[in-house]
Amino acid sequence: MSRTISIDPVTRIEGHARISLQLADSGAVEDAKFHLTQFRGFEKFCEGRPYREMPALTARTCGICPVSHLLASNKACDDLLAVTIPPTAEKLRRLMNLAQLLQSHALSFFHLSSPDLLLGWDSDPAKRNIFGVMAKDPELAKQGIKLRQIGQTIIEMLGGKKIHPTWVVPGGVNEPLDSDKREAMLNMLPEALTIAKDTYALFKTMVPKFKDEAEHFGTMPTMFLSLVSPKGQLEHYDGFLRIKDAQGRIVEDRVPPSDYPRIIGEAVEDFSYMKFPYYKPLGYPNGIYRVGPLARLNNAESCGTPFADVALAEFHMLQEDSGPVRSSFHYHYARLVEIIFAIEMMQRLLKDPSILDTRVRAHARGNRDEGIGVAEAPRGTLMHHYKIDEAGLITWVDLIIATGHNNLAMNRSIKQVADAYVDGNTLSEGMLNRVEAVIRCYDPCLSCASHAFGQMPLSIELKDASGAVIDRLVRDA
Amino acid sequence: MPIIATQPSVRVVTLRIDGHDLSAREDETIIEVCRENKIPIPSLCWMDGLSVIGACRLCMVEVAGQNRLLAACATRVAEGMEVTTNSETLQRYRRTLVELLFAERNHICSVCVSNGHCELQWLAMACGVDHVRMPYRNHGYAVDSTHEMFRLDHNRCVLCNRCVRVCDEIEGAHTWDVMGRGSDCQVITDLARPWGESDTCTSCGKCVQVCPTGALVKQGTSVGEMVKDQHFLPILARRRSAR
Repeated sequence: MSRTISIDPVTRIEGHARISLQLADSGAVEDAKFHLTQFRGFEKFCEGRPYREMPALTARTCGICPVSHLLASNKACDDLLAVTIPPTAEKLRRLMNLAQLLQSHALSFFHLSSPDLLLGWDSDPAKRNIFGVMAKDPELAKQGIKLRQIGQTIIEMLGGKKIHPTWVVPGGVNEPLDSDKREAMLNMLPEALTIAKDTYALFKTMVPKFKDEAEHFGTMPTMFLSLVSPKGQLEHYDGFLRIKDAQGRIVEDRVPPSDYPRIIGEAVEDFSYMKFPYYKPLGYPNGIYRVGPLARLNNAESCGTPFADVALAEFHMLQEDSGPVRSSFHYHYARLVEIIFAIEMMQRLLKDPSILDTRVRAHARGNRDEGIGVAEAPRGTLMHHYKIDEAGLITWVDLIIATGHNNLAMNRSIKQVADAYVDGNTLSEGMLNRVEAVIRCYDPCLSCASHAFGQMPLSIELKDASGAVIDRLVRDA
Repeated sequence: MPIIATQPSVRVVTLRIDGHDLSAREDETIIEVCRENKIPIPSLCWMDGLSVIGACRLCMVEVAGQNRLLAACATRVAEGMEVTTNSETLQRYRRTLVELLFAERNHICSVCVSNGHCELQWLAMACGVDHVRMPYRNHGYAVDSTHEMFRLDHNRCVLCNRCVRVCDEIEGAHTWDVMGRGSDCQVITDLARPWGESDTCTSCGKCVQVCPTGALVKQGTSVGEMVKDQHFLPILARRRSAR
C-alpha cells in the first residue's frame, strides 16, 4: 500500500514549510513535494497605500532580510520618482546590503547548517543545533555569532536599528555617514575577515567528506539567474540580469532589471503558497533556474576583490568539468566566498573618501506610474514591481522573492535526495534529515516567499448543542 | 461652547491636585492647571489654543464629592476642589480607551510616517499598552492623496477634531468637517470632495501640524520622518483673542 511521509515542520529554516514524500508499494519514493504552508498577503494589502510606505511595509515581510526588501523597494520607488540617486547614497546602500549579506550568510552557515556539517546528518536531533555546535566546537560557534554580530552592528550604525531600519528612503538615504561611525566600522572588519578566511579554510578541508551529499543534493541541470555588474563581475545591488544554462552558456545577458517581465514568468501550484517562477522562453516547468550565492558565483566572471577572487577560482574547481558548479550542496561554499567578498568590498567602500559626502538624497514626487526595483538578497534575486495611480497610491504589486525563484529547484532537489537516501521499508531519522538538509542548502526564507492564489479552501460546520454536525458548507480551493 | 481661558481681573482659587496644594485663576480648567504644574494628564483632543470639545475622554479625573468622572479639559477649577488624576481606576480606563483607539482603525506604528513622533504612540507607552485586548475592526479606509502638499489617511485618524477646529478657529477657512456617525465618522474636506479639489483649503498646513497622529502628513515623507511643529498655535491663538 502506498504511504506518505510528512516532514512537518521543516526545521532550521526561516518560515514554515512541510515536505511530503509519496512512497510506492515497494517503499521507493514516487513523488516529493515542498509545501509552503503559511500565508501572508503582502501583495494585496499594500494596495491603496502611499508608495512611500512600501519600503517599510515590505521590509516587515522578514526579520532576517529586511534590508534586502528595503533596498529593492526603494529602488522601485526611485524608479517611480524617475531619479538617479546621489553616488554617495548608492555607496551607502551598497554598504548596508553587504552588511546584510554578511549577517544573513553567517546565520545560514553557522546557526542553521553547521550542525549538520559538524555533527553529522545522523547525529542525535536533540543536539543537532547551534547549542550542539557550541558544545563540540565552542570557538567556531563563537566566531559564527561574532561574524553575524558585526554585520548586524554595521546595519545598526548605518540605519539606527539592527532589524527594520528605515534609513534608506526613496531617492537615497535620509542621513549621511559620519566619520566616527566609519572608523568604528573599519575597525571591526579586520576581525571579520580573519574569521571568514579561517572558516573558509576549515570548510575547504571538510568538503571532500561530503562527496556523496555533493553528488545527490540538487545536481539536476538548471539555469542560473543573477545580477552581474556591467563588467560581468559579482554584483549585489545593481547592474544587469544574466542567465547561464547548465553548460555555462550565457542565454540572457545585459538584461536591464526593468525588463525582467520579458524573461521571467510565474506559475502557481495548488500544493504550496509559493509561486513557481520560470524562464519564459522555455516555459513551465522546463524553464527551471536557480538563484542565490551559487548562481551569482556561477554567473560572475570575477569578484573584483583579492581574496574573494582566489576563493572564486577554487569554487569553480568544485565542478570537474568546466561548466557551472551544479550541486546545490555547494551553496554553503558559495556563501563563504560571498562573506569574504562582502567584507573586502565593505572595506573598499568605507575607505573611499566620498562615502562621507553629505549629498545623499534626491527629492522628487511620483513621476512614473510603474516602478521596478531589483537587488540581490542573500538568497538570490529579489524583484519589487509596483504600479501607482495619479495620487501616488499603490494599485498593483508583484513581489518575486529570491526563495520563490528556487522553488522548482527545491522540489526537484528533495526528490533527488529522497531517491538517493530514503527507503520506505527502513526509515531512519538521518534519511529524513538529509531531505531537510537539501532545503537548508538554499537557505529559503518562506515568510518572504508566501503568495496567495485562488480561494482559500474553507469548511464551515454548524453544530447543535450536543456537538452533532447539522450542516456543513465546503468551499474547495 | 468654547471656554475662553484669558479673562482679565479674575479671582484666584486654591485647590488640591494629587495631594499638592495649588493656586489657579478661577477661569482655568483642571487640565490647564495640571499642565502649568507639570502634572501629567493624558489628552488627545485638547490642545492649547483651540476650543474645548471633551471628545477623547482621556483626561478624565476624579473630583471629591462628585459621583462621576469629569473631563479635566472641560471642568473649571473651584475653591477647595480635590482632584485625583492618576488612580488605578483612571489608569485602567485610560488604557482601555487607548486600546479601543488602536482597535478601531489601523494604527500600524512600524510603517507609519509619524512613527516616533506620534501622540497616540506616546500615550500608548505612557498607559502601558503592550497589547490590545479587544479584536481589531480591520476596516480598511481610503487614503486621500490628492492634495499636492499633504495627505490624509483615515486609517490613522482618532477623530480628535483638532484639524476641524484649527481650520475654523485659527485659519478661518473651515475646510474640515466630520461626516458619518459613531466609529464610522470621518473627517472630510469641503462636503466630502477630495482634498486636492477643495476650493476653501488655503494649503496653510495648520491641520497637518496639529494632527496628533499620522492621519494628516506632508507628502514626500517616509517612515518616521513626519515631525510636527505645534508651537505656532498658542501664539496665534493669543494674538487672535487679543484682537
